[in-house]
Amino acid sequence: MGNHALSYGAQLARTQVIAAYPITPQTEVVGFLSELCADGKLDARFIKVESEHSAMAAAIGASAVGARTFTATSAQGLALMHEMLHWAVGARLPVILGNINRAMGPPWTIWTDQNDSLSQRDTGLIQYYCESNQEVLDTVIQAYKVSEREEVLLPAMIVLDAFVLSHTSEVVDMPDQELVDKYLPPRKATYRVDPKEPHSFGNLTTPDRYFELRYKIERSMRRAEGLIKEAGEEFGRMFGRHYGLIENHHVEDAETIVVASATVAGTARTVIDDLREKGEKYGLVRVRVLRPFPFDEIRQVLSEAKKVIVIDRNISFGHTGIFFQEVKAAMYNQPRRPPIFGYIAGLGGRDVTPATIMEIIDDAKSKDKPTEDIHWIGLKP
Amino acid sequence: MKLTIPEQELMVSGHLACQGCGATLAMRYALKALGPNTVYSIPACCWSVIDGPFPYSTLKVPIFHTAFETAASAASGIKAGLEMIGNDETNVVAWAGDGGTFDIGIQALSGAAERNDNFMYICYDNEAYMNTGIQRSSATPWRSWTTTTPEKHPKETPKKDMIGIMAAHRIPYVATCSVAYPEDMVKKVKKAKEIKGCKFIHVFAPCPTGWRTAPENCIKLARLAVKTRLFPLYEIFNGVDYKISMKVPKPVPVEEYLKPQGRFRHLTEEDVKQIQRNVDYEWDRLMKMAEGCEGEEGGGGK
Amino acid sequence: MMAEKTADKQIEIKGESDMPPMAMSLGLMSWNKTGSWRNLRPVIDYEKCIKCMICWKFCPDACIHIEDDKPVIDYDYCKGCIICAVECPKDAISVEKEE
Repeated sequence: MGNHALSYGAQLARTQVIAAYPITPQTEVVGFLSELCADGKLDARFIKVESEHSAMAAAIGASAVGARTFTATSAQGLALMHEMLHWAVGARLPVILGNINRAMGPPWTIWTDQNDSLSQRDTGLIQYYCESNQEVLDTVIQAYKVSEREEVLLPAMIVLDAFVLSHTSEVVDMPDQELVDKYLPPRKATYRVDPKEPHSFGNLTTPDRYFELRYKIERSMRRAEGLIKEAGEEFGRMFGRHYGLIENHHVEDAETIVVASATVAGTARTVIDDLREKGEKYGLVRVRVLRPFPFDEIRQVLSEAKKVIVIDRNISFGHTGIFFQEVKAAMYNQPRRPPIFGYIAGLGGRDVTPATIMEIIDDAKSKDKPTEDIHWIGLKP
Repeated sequence: MKLTIPEQELMVSGHLACQGCGATLAMRYALKALGPNTVYSIPACCWSVIDGPFPYSTLKVPIFHTAFETAASAASGIKAGLEMIGNDETNVVAWAGDGGTFDIGIQALSGAAERNDNFMYICYDNEAYMNTGIQRSSATPWRSWTTTTPEKHPKETPKKDMIGIMAAHRIPYVATCSVAYPEDMVKKVKKAKEIKGCKFIHVFAPCPTGWRTAPENCIKLARLAVKTRLFPLYEIFNGVDYKISMKVPKPVPVEEYLKPQGRFRHLTEEDVKQIQRNVDYEWDRLMKMAEGCEGEEGGGGK
Repeated sequence: MMAEKTADKQIEIKGESDMPPMAMSLGLMSWNKTGSWRNLRPVIDYEKCIKCMICWKFCPDACIHIEDDKPVIDYDYCKGCIICAVECPKDAISVEKEE
């Protein structure tokens, strides 16, 4: 299941300190990692913290001294960590966080949507949205490689859908540990808490310096864009599975492109394939990396389309779906910018089926331009 | 001339503390006991500012400044991280004010104590949120003035018994110190340094600025707090074995301690009598708990 | 024993290229001569001083140093809190107004 894939990723990456607090549907991660540590299959200290806020704080502390650290959470837990996500970014620490996309309460829910991870959008974490358990496992390893680069030094969040991925079993290839070690050597932290070379970190910073420190973070985000691609390509060469910032499917002569993420993209792919068989010119762009936003690649692929559909399994209340906003904003100043339709689907784990996707496609087909900013699919009035 | 505490300074002059700051004295003494092979996690508190702005620091040991609630959780992580990179020697110390310990940081501290994570937690207690401009904390004494406990809306609850709370976690070592007794503090910090497990040290550190008293009174008040029995000096081993550090056979009336402080200026005669009664009660209670205890030799009920 | 003088220089940071990736200290606060904060100045009378070093012990700014077995106040940093004068067992420290 996805939770195990996430755990195996952390194991293969030889994470050294884990600090995590259980929350449905992440609990198999903490349980499995505890077992791996207890059985000596993972040489790591697992701090059984008493809350998610402490989980991230402890992960940050361990990372600050140079250890490779990992945590995992979901929804309310991620929300509770929020302050410390900012901290990990500002402290420039490559903590890797697995987040099981679960809808926010109240009311209580355990099923999937993206509001929890997207509420962290502006913190500065690199964000990877995974479509399969294989990708989850592979991405943990790549994420460490990218985040630990001195040009990056930013934490990253690996997102997988609650139940659809976390609790669904898929066949996953386990990379060879020796090969992973070659791909991902031990962490070499240049800036660390070290009594042999004492520094103090995070001191009060006045307006005449804070601005530049933030600029550095943004520059690192932009450098991460290229490094994520590089890491994905090298992964492809060594392990046979190639990854990038986005994944294009049947886009070459596509007239309408559907933009989606995570498992919704997987469902959309089958619909696109069916439509292609019927000769209809549809394509799919799966956004894998949301932060840093892949401006160039998105602009390049969408500029050629006549219509763009963005499916969001999230909502920014008072505005629109978040992937939709981001894609629209990226295209705004482009010389060729097709009309972009935004749809909200699947919140709180409501199923997004091929029929749902077709409903979206048909709606967009019936209009030349969007007639509304936002359209809720599958709503029961 | 023979010095009663180590000579080495690991804190430099030029820091931003107020004149007569008890928190800096506490830090100075702690560092003398800990030595250079030490790392600190420091949450939001006066020391976040005393340390100086980026790109400077005031200590010759590394500090990881961390969020308000996280002194203990960051320290847990720091300790685990150091162990995993092969360093079992460095002292890991969480250094926090009363706010970050008694209030917003208590969850993380309780968690770390329950796990018996191997680090030392030192709380310097100036009895209010001083860094943000003197607001009440749960360490603020009964009816003490702060900006959020003005005369007409006083704090009617007593100072939180943090030592009792930490002892209840049955951690190996818990102790109280006062900046007026640096030899005692250095001895206790050195002792704690050698113990494996979670250690908690509560340091009474007057804040002349927040207590509305002249800077020169800092040590005097820290001494009076002990000599009036208001702030007893003692250790608790394994949560159950008490060892009183200073007996105080002839206590000074608590009024002597309250008089120089502007934050107590509004107290009535009856208030002062009540405070004296509380001091006497708490002292007797402490003595009873300490009776028959084996102190360091006690097995902690195991 | 001579006092240990630490780095005195302020660190010049012109801009982004001078900064580490995060707010990390590059030097100590000893460039900051807090002596300018003083309203009152403690003065040690060495005739009365018994070299007990209690003043050294209780200085929150660690600016009383031990030199040739004597306590010496470093007025570059002394903030004039006057704890030393109050704690001196021999009343050997007088308090003057800082001009």
